[in-house]
This record gives sequence, C-alpha cells and structure tokens, in this order.
Amino acid sequence: MELKEKLVSSFLAFESTVDVKNPLHDIRTKAIKDFEAFGFPTKKVEAWKYTSLNSVLKNDFALFPKSEVAIEYKDVKKYFIHDLDTYKIVFIDGVYSSHLSSTTHDKFDVCLMSSALTQNRFKAVIDVYFNKIAKQDGLVALNTAYSKEGAYVYLPKNTAGDKPIEIVHFSTGSEDAMLLQPRNLIVVEDNSEVTVIERHQSLSENKTFTNSVTEIYAGRNAHVDYYKIQNDTNSASLIDNTFTDQYDHSVASVHTFAFGGEITRNNLNFTQKGQGIDSILNGVTILEGKTHVDHNTLVEHTEPNCESHQDYKGIFDEKSTGVFNGKIVVDQIAQKTNAFQSNNNVLLSDKATVNSKPQLEIFADDVKCSHGCTIGQLDESALFYLKTRGIPEKEGKALLMYAFANNVLDSVKIPQLKTRINALIAEKLGVSIGFDL
Amino acid sequence: MLEIKNLHASIDEKEILKGLNLSVKAGEVHAIMGPNGAGKSTLAAVVSGKEDYEVTEGSIELEGEDIGELGADERAHKGVFLSFQYPVEIPGVSVTNFMKTAINETRKARGLEDMPARDMLKKIKEKSELLEIDSKFLSRSLNEGFSGGEKKRNEIFQMAMLEPKVAILDETDSGLDIDALRIVANGVNKLKSNDNAVIVITHYQRLLEYIVPDYVHVLHDGKIVKSGTKELALELEEKGYDWIKAEL
Ligand SMILES: Nc1ncnc2c1ncn2[C@@H]1O[C@H](COP(=O)(O)OP(=O)(O)OP(=O)(O)O)[C@@H](O)[C@H]1O
Ligand SMILES: [Mg+2]
Repeated sequence: MELKEKLVSSFLAFESTVDVKNPLHDIRTKAIKDFEAFGFPTKKVEAWKYTSLNSVLKNDFALFPKSEVAIEYKDVKKYFIHDLDTYKIVFIDGVYSSHLSSTTHDKFDVCLMSSALTQNRFKAVIDVYFNKIAKQDGLVALNTAYSKEGAYVYLPKNTAGDKPIEIVHFSTGSEDAMLLQPRNLIVVEDNSEVTVIERHQSLSENKTFTNSVTEIYAGRNAHVDYYKIQNDTNSASLIDNTFTDQYDHSVASVHTFAFGGEITRNNLNFTQKGQGIDSILNGVTILEGKTHVDHNTLVEHTEPNCESHQDYKGIFDEKSTGVFNGKIVVDQIAQKTNAFQSNNNVLLSDKATVNSKPQLEIFADDVKCSHGCTIGQLDESALFYLKTRGIPEKEGKALLMYAFANNVLDSVKIPQLKTRINALIAEKLGVSIGFDL
Repeated sequence: MLEIKNLHASIDEKEILKGLNLSVKAGEVHAIMGPNGAGKSTLAAVVSGKEDYEVTEGSIELEGEDIGELGADERAHKGVFLSFQYPVEIPGVSVTNFMKTAINETRKARGLEDMPARDMLKKIKEKSELLEIDSKFLSRSLNEGFSGGEKKRNEIFQMAMLEPKVAILDETDSGLDIDALRIVANGVNKLKSNDNAVIVITHYQRLLEYIVPDYVHVLHDGKIVKSGTKELALELEEKGYDWIKAEL
C-alpha cells in the first residue's frame, strides 16, 4: 500500500487514541481530507523541483510505535547541550520521555502538546494559536491530522524564560522504518522572550522520516531565538515546517545548522504582522556523502518599517546536494522595508551541486532589498598562505571553512551552544583546531 | 643554511627559473634585485613550496636536508618563512586566532605541546609592540581591509611570531611610508641572529640602508647573473639594469 493511502486509512485507528469529542478534533478531520486532496509534494511543484521525496516515501513506515523503549541519559548525553542548564522536552520514537525531560509550569509553561491539547487550563491559548499560524499544504495537513504530541511552550506577557528549552526527538530503530510527526507550539506573548534548541536524532540505522510542524507566535516586543541542529544519520530524513508570526517590534531568529541526514527540507516561513519587526534567518550547511539539504524560506513583509536578514552558508563535499530557495514578499503597504538575503556556497568536490534561487516579489516602491548568491571553491591562494605559516592542508581548509561560516556562527548567542556547534564542525572536518571563534 | 642548486622551475609549461644558484649561510643577509618579471617572486614561491610550480631540475636544501619534496606547511615547520609581496586577505579569521593556529600547528609538527595561552598572549603583545601594531588590529580579520603598509607590517609581525630560520621578504618595503619602513626594518634587524638568515627581495636601495645586506644578487631571466656586496645595490639604483643585460 502506498504511504498516502496507508496514512489516510490509518486515521481511523489514530482516532481511537485521541478524544474525538473535543472540538479540536474537527481540525484533524478537516486536515486529513486536505491531505487526501493535496498528497505529498512531487518534483512537478516548483518549490520541490530539486527535492524528491520518492526514496523516502517508498518505505513501509510504522505510524505508531509498538513498544516503548527506554534510554539512559548517559547514552544520549552528547546530544544535549549538557553543560548548559535547560528545560528539556524529550521524545523517544514520538513518545514523551518524562525520565529525560525537565518541564515547568512555574510562571510559564514548558510541557507536552498532548497535555496542552487535552487539558482545560490550556484551552484558551490553544484556541487562539493552535493551527492558526501554519499555512496548510499537504505535509502540514498531514501533520495536523495526526497532531497529538510535541512541545508546548507558552510565555505569558512580560515573562523571560530563565533558561533555554531543548526539544529533542530520538528515534531508536524499534521499527524498521518509523514516521514521526511532532507538532510544536511556541507562544511568546508581548514583551516576553525565549530560546529554543531543537534536535532530531536517530540512534540506529533504521529509517526514520520526520514531518515536523512548529508554530511560533512572537507578540509585541517579544524576542525568540530558535536553533535547529540537524546532524542526523544517513538513514534519517526530516521535513521541518516552521511558521513564525511576528508582531510590532518583535525580533525572531532561526538558526539552522544542517550537517547531516539523508534528505532534509526546511520550510521556514516568517510573516511580519506589525511594524518595527526584525526577522533573522541564518543557516550553515556542511554536507558530504550523498546527503541533501533544501532550505526553502519565505519572509512576508505585510507592514511598513520592518527588516529581514537571511544569511545562509553552504559547504558541499563529495556527492552532496544543496538547495536554497529564498522568497521575499513585500506588500504594497510595506514601505521602508529592509530585506536582505545572501546565500554563499563552497563546493569542495566537482560532484557536489547547489541550486540557489532567490525570489523577490516587491510591490512597495520605497524599500531596500538585496540578495546575493555565490557558488565557488575554496580560495587556493589563501590555503597556500596558511600553509606557509605552518598550517597543514586539512587544518587550513577547516580554518577557511570556519572563516566562511564565521559570521553565522558568531551570531549564536549561547556560548555553550556555539562551542558545541564548533565541535560538531571540527568533528565533521576531522580536525582539532586550537582556537575558538 | 639554504643551498639552491641549478634550480629550474616552470608554471603552465613555461620555464621561469632557469638554473638558479644561491647559497645563504647562517647569520647572513642577502638582497635579490632584478627587473620586473625576472622571477624573484617565483623563486620565493618555489622555495616556500607552492605546488603550482613544477621543479624540473635542481635542488633546494635547508641545513643540509633536501626540502624540495616537502609541502609548504612542512617547510614552514622546518623554518622557512615567506613575507608575501601580496598578502592574502582571509575574512573571518582574526590575526590572533590565525597566529595561535599557526604556532600550535608548528609546535605539534615539532612534537611540542600547545603553547600555554598566557605565553601566547605575552608573545603576541611583545611582538606586536616591536612592530608597533595597535592591539585592535589583532582582533580584525587577517589582512581584510588592511592598507598596503599595514599588510606588510603584519607579515613581519608573523615572522617575529614564528621565528623562522630562513625568511624571504618579497618586496616588504613597497607600500611602506618612511616611518613604517624604519619600524619594519628595525623589527627584522632585532630578529636577525647568527642562527638565521634573511633574503630581501627589493627594487630599492632605500630598504638596504636599514637592513644591510652581506651580498646583493641580480636576478634576470630566471638566473642570478651578478653578485656583489652592498655597493652593487647603489650601482643598480644609479644605472638601472641595462648595463648588466649588456654584459651578458
Ligand atoms: N601562471 C603563469 N603562467 C605563465 N607565466 C607566469 C605565470 N605566473 C607567473 N608567470 C610569469 O613569470 C615571470 C616571473 O614572475 P615573478 O612574479 O616571479 O616576477 P618578479 O621578478 O617577482 O617581478 P616583480 O618585480 O614585478 O614582482 C613573469 O614573466 C610572469 O608573467
Ligand atoms: Mg615579485
């Protein structure tokens, strides 16, 4: 049976695990119909021209884990920012692990979506925000239809999260192939701030396919920093659909560190719904093997006097492939918009490829928009210069790659996270460099 | 210290060095002069190990060891240093981080531990003071947006940090104002000892008044065609190269 049919027909079984009398369930039943109509995207769709899901969708995915697997913290410690005090929302094969998590309801909520969707005290927030920010396409509809579990973060007005929140999804390989569909909601009301670090990690060679949806609400003067670490195994694929709505004078940033995974697709959407807003989209992609990463960004400027900054750096070795498709829309009333986008790529092998496509749709006349895309090789004369100073080829190349990605790395605000990302890069490049950028 | 014998080197099938001989002993300063395109920078690049050049004949020995097959990094570890005629800009790497990496990679290659952070800072401070380099330069990206003179001064700062056995200074004087020239020359002289050697490539006598050479060579069409003492530099400045070409 094709995955689509299987998903549609399994919805009945899924319904037996949720409260169908809850009015929220109408959202799911509508969504499964939408999914049935839209289906999975194919390469015929312009936005999916360079990314085919065929190799992933052909697997016979288990939709519900049969058994619960326990994981010891010491075995997965390295996947956490363990030298940083954080709240943690951890899932094992899609099932919440209270054992590995550390949540709160003190002043603000850091907890489970399954609680938020079912318990009365969260109803007011859920009614206002849940599924109101995400734009529906086939994948989002599919996630919505099966929405049940994920991370729920709610900061009421004038609240600063006292520590970052880690959202970590492990897949253990308890099934030959597993489909995971986490659904996250991050609501940061006026004058509040929060930092989130998200990671998906497969612990086996078995196939994992994650179709994740995250909705982020940033109220007036809110500040949201979201970091995504995508360093999964070659048997894991991820479609990350993240939607952010921003209101006056809010600042929201999403950093995406895409270092691995069979196929990774980031659908990152920002909608600016007020004035004086800043949206920051940064990414570092470092790939090798046959891995594939597709960054598909959309920033919609719908009000005047806002800014957006996109800076994506990519380094591609062996047969890896990268896609950057960055769309900026500036509505007619969105005067004085400053929208910047840059996508720079280095190809380390002649078999690696990058497709970079900016799309600017500007309907206002008083705006500053710039976009630039480069695809090049490592600078040989710079490498020679480094070698004449005693820095060997491998370390020299690594240094140049760090330097290339430096401004994005530099914008990571948490030192422990920055150190971790530097270490991940060093590990990937097989070097140990005695400096800290 | 450095023995170059019958060196032939070509790039893209074109022979640039055509049988060059040069013998530099410890404690000596050699100046190499010669017209544009003679092959001076090529010599510097070939000695420091640039792989674009093919050495078709001859040998390069450092302290009796043939270094002709070594990579540029390995030559650096053995004590070869090149001050570039055109230093490369490397955005995103600060001078300090670059220097730390260079020193510690060199130490690693020599079987030494990383230099303790405190010693490193002390050394950076000492050498930047020697070259009168403002500390805010050290946190800037390597050579990025540096003026021509600042780049050259930074090259000699690196030389001071790395303490090479043989330093080749390729037109380090070009782009320097009078004061900077004095500072740079003074730096080089302070680093000079009986255990190392300096090869100065220049077009001008001016630098040689500060860094006084023991020998002056004229490089023309890929060969050293005349050698003499520092008076030769004066004569070249006065008469140009035509009389030498005529002698050939
Ligand atoms: N890739 C190349 N292909 C062909 N010829 C080259 C190449 N690179 C350099 N050359 C030639 O080699 C010759 C020597 O160049 P080099 O830079 O060594 O001269 P130089 O003596 O340092 O000159 P200057 O005083 O102008 O610095 C020049 O004629 C130059 O054009
Ligand atoms: Mg030259």
